[in-house]
Amino acid sequence: MADDAPLLELKGITKRFPGVVANDRVDFDLRRGEVHALLGENGAGKSTLVNVLYGLYRPDEGEILINGKPVELGSPRDAIDLGIGMVHQHFMLIPVMTVAENIVLGVEPTREKVLLDEDAAEERVKQIARSFKFAIDPHARIENIGVGQQQRVEILKALFRGAEILILDEPTAVLTPQEALELFGILRTLTQEGMSVIFISHKLHEVLEIADRVTVLRRGKKIETLPREGATQEQLAKLMVGREVFLRVDKKPAEPGEPLLQVEDLHVLDQRGLPAVRGVSFEVRAGEIVGIAGVDGNGQTELIDALTGLTKVQNGVIRIAGNDITRDSTRERFDEGIGHIPEDRQRRGLILDFTLAENIGLHDYRNEPNSRFGWLRPGRLVTLARRLLKEFDVRGGGPTTLASSLSGGNQQKVVIAREVERDPRVLVAGQPTRGLDVGAIEFVHNRLVEERDEGRAVLLVSLELEEIMSLSDRILVIFGGEIVGEYGPDVTEEELGVAMTGGTREAVA
Amino acid sequence: MSVTPPAQVPEAEEAYSLRTGAQELATGFLVPLAATLLAFLIGGLVVLLTGHNPITAYRAIFEGAGFNWPYEWLTGQDTRASGRDLQQTLRTATPLILSALAVAFSFRCGLFNIGGQGQYWVGFIFALLVGTHLEGLSRPLHVLLCVAAGILGGAFWGGIAGFLRATVGAHEVITTIMLNWIAIYGGKWLFELDGPLQGAAPSLPRSEIIFDSATLWIIWSPYLHAGFLIALLALVVYYVVLNRTTLGFEVRAVGFNAEAARYGGINVRKSYFLALAISGAFAGLAGTVDLLGVKYAVDQSDFDTNFVAFTAIAVALLGRNKAVGILLAGLLFAALSTGTSSRNLDPDVFEPALATDLATMIQALVIFFVGAELLIVYLWRGTRRYARLGRPPAEEPAPL
Repeated sequence: MADDAPLLELKGITKRFPGVVANDRVDFDLRRGEVHALLGENGAGKSTLVNVLYGLYRPDEGEILINGKPVELGSPRDAIDLGIGMVHQHFMLIPVMTVAENIVLGVEPTREKVLLDEDAAEERVKQIARSFKFAIDPHARIENIGVGQQQRVEILKALFRGAEILILDEPTAVLTPQEALELFGILRTLTQEGMSVIFISHKLHEVLEIADRVTVLRRGKKIETLPREGATQEQLAKLMVGREVFLRVDKKPAEPGEPLLQVEDLHVLDQRGLPAVRGVSFEVRAGEIVGIAGVDGNGQTELIDALTGLTKVQNGVIRIAGNDITRDSTRERFDEGIGHIPEDRQRRGLILDFTLAENIGLHDYRNEPNSRFGWLRPGRLVTLARRLLKEFDVRGGGPTTLASSLSGGNQQKVVIAREVERDPRVLVAGQPTRGLDVGAIEFVHNRLVEERDEGRAVLLVSLELEEIMSLSDRILVIFGGEIVGEYGPDVTEEELGVAMTGGTREAVA
Repeated sequence: MSVTPPAQVPEAEEAYSLRTGAQELATGFLVPLAATLLAFLIGGLVVLLTGHNPITAYRAIFEGAGFNWPYEWLTGQDTRASGRDLQQTLRTATPLILSALAVAFSFRCGLFNIGGQGQYWVGFIFALLVGTHLEGLSRPLHVLLCVAAGILGGAFWGGIAGFLRATVGAHEVITTIMLNWIAIYGGKWLFELDGPLQGAAPSLPRSEIIFDSATLWIIWSPYLHAGFLIALLALVVYYVVLNRTTLGFEVRAVGFNAEAARYGGINVRKSYFLALAISGAFAGLAGTVDLLGVKYAVDQSDFDTNFVAFTAIAVALLGRNKAVGILLAGLLFAALSTGTSSRNLDPDVFEPALATDLATMIQALVIFFVGAELLIVYLWRGTRRYARLGRPPAEEPAPL
């Protein structure tokens, strides 16, 4: 489909921020009708580059050409006028307004110059949706439609403003696998209609699925641009990280021992007081990883919170190595042998204004030798931290560095180091690789398998199907707060996908 | 209706370094210092408008606060006048520092304790009860009992707010303000004519005077009492408790990120209760040293005029809730107050009436600029970014 003359060219873009060169003489071009993926780890400069293109940053060096003519992009307004549209990772929609209202926002058709012409607005939205084969209800309120639909509204917003170049910043981060497939369908339709798409991602399989060409950025530099044909995940990963990466987790078959975590008929309410976990029963044995797969918001968070004592259990029993801990406090559970890698490391896993030593002592600050008679011994914490930071290869700071100054991957290493150091019997890992890049994911995955081999019971809750499938020895699917299926490690993604959306409700073994 | 997009950041990591950078700058001395200097600068312009020389006016205030004492002492001059001035400054700073600690300790736990004044009075009254009873005790013992009673009273009053926050989640800003008025009106009732604690003089709405054995030692004649040393000690205690004890670890953890603290196994509710009770103890101590070192008794009208713990909120703010910062900010606010009092300021240089207004104005400006510190940091960074980008980020139109 792609036409060879570039529609858009970025030449030698350099953008510096204090202390970092975010983009270092980056070249990039986009042909009409193609999907060109920008691939790179967090901090590689992908977002900076498209922000330059969208007029949000002015480059320190380099030029931007559209149809061979140099253009000046002083603001997003200029970019929009030149036919560039951007869909941000976090949607900018007004929840209480309808789809049509959101789409025309700022460029509303009016009557008498002041009144919103709702009929005309709706008509034009319908028209544009039809021409790009979008299935969307213009009357629906944003708050009542799903994330995938909301993303379509964002895309339509850009198209409505005459975009021919569409920038999608990590568009699949918020989508389920099914929704991602639908998005890819939409993107194919758009490119057939002559639109061009810049697709930002750090997920290799997606890039290989949707992109015509891939440009890999690493530490602000363009490493290579290559066509999709012939590219492999391994090759892309190596370009991204700069070294050989093992994507497949290498693990021996599990040798499960006695059950360490037992959950019986667990019922938990969510924050609004509605049932979120409804009669869940399962067990995790020593030396196995049990994965819980499911679409976000089906009770995973409440399940983790109930296991770790952060929310009340309505009904049911939780046992650690046979001991009933259902009514125990969070601290008692930690002492009982639960380790918890929380879903949200910045909100919960770390105190960003604390030093790494203090963060590492978050559970054990009150125990010998870290304190005595209520007196903290900061020196001990620093010693412990120094050892763990080395052992877990945490980069970017020492024991007295603030946690906030570390990158996401290194922050997660600190969390994992802390939890593993306490030698837990049960390790509960909630989305342990969320927002991490390939190198860090590899580390986390290997570590989880190591912990399994040490004889711990690992409960892995993740929204990433790939992660669940490559790590788990058994997979449970949660839907609507219930376990709706149990599978072995060789289940297919399709089977899981169907179960995750409530397609099957087979009895749990 | 317009949509404001979240600020565009280059990459997540960049945003962090920017944020922590700004925070480090803000939590350091730079911003409070800049705010203070700016306040004095603007105050100076106002002095100029009134037809006076700001430099001589500031110099007079400086000397009025007794800050020229070290120079005079070192050069062997007559230090009697400056010594008295400095004593007054230090004496005024004492309850300011202690009450500021009451604000700061809660703040480090993520709580805004507006109730210092109520805690001050309850501590004051508890100490008064002990000080007007138990005749015949040795002085150290009597003072010690008064101090203990004052600490207990303040902790009790702060603890009520803490208890309510911990159990039913009642917001401490509301409850501490309400408790302030209960303490103030309760105090007025206690010491009114025919009130339960009115003293022996039948026509005076006034308490008994504490026994001599309950008064604090004068450590620098004639004005400065040992309460100033207690305030210094309290600063050390504050620092040590926060940074060297498990209790302080919990308080700071809760203050920075209550959710993460809870995840870590810390009992957040207990921390809320303890933080407000300990805050109350500091404020109660402030009331106690005022009683034992300065007032020796209380007039009913004092409840209408003494708002030292409210000023102390500003002291804590300017001091960035740090021990050293609170000491310096407390001295500054005390100096502004004594330096401009009609007793200390040379009326030929600057009329004390004007000077008092100037002091209030400078205090207000300092609070304003410290409160606006994030704005200052933002403008500072913004102009640097402006230079790079060619425009400030705030003016970017919303994309789409």
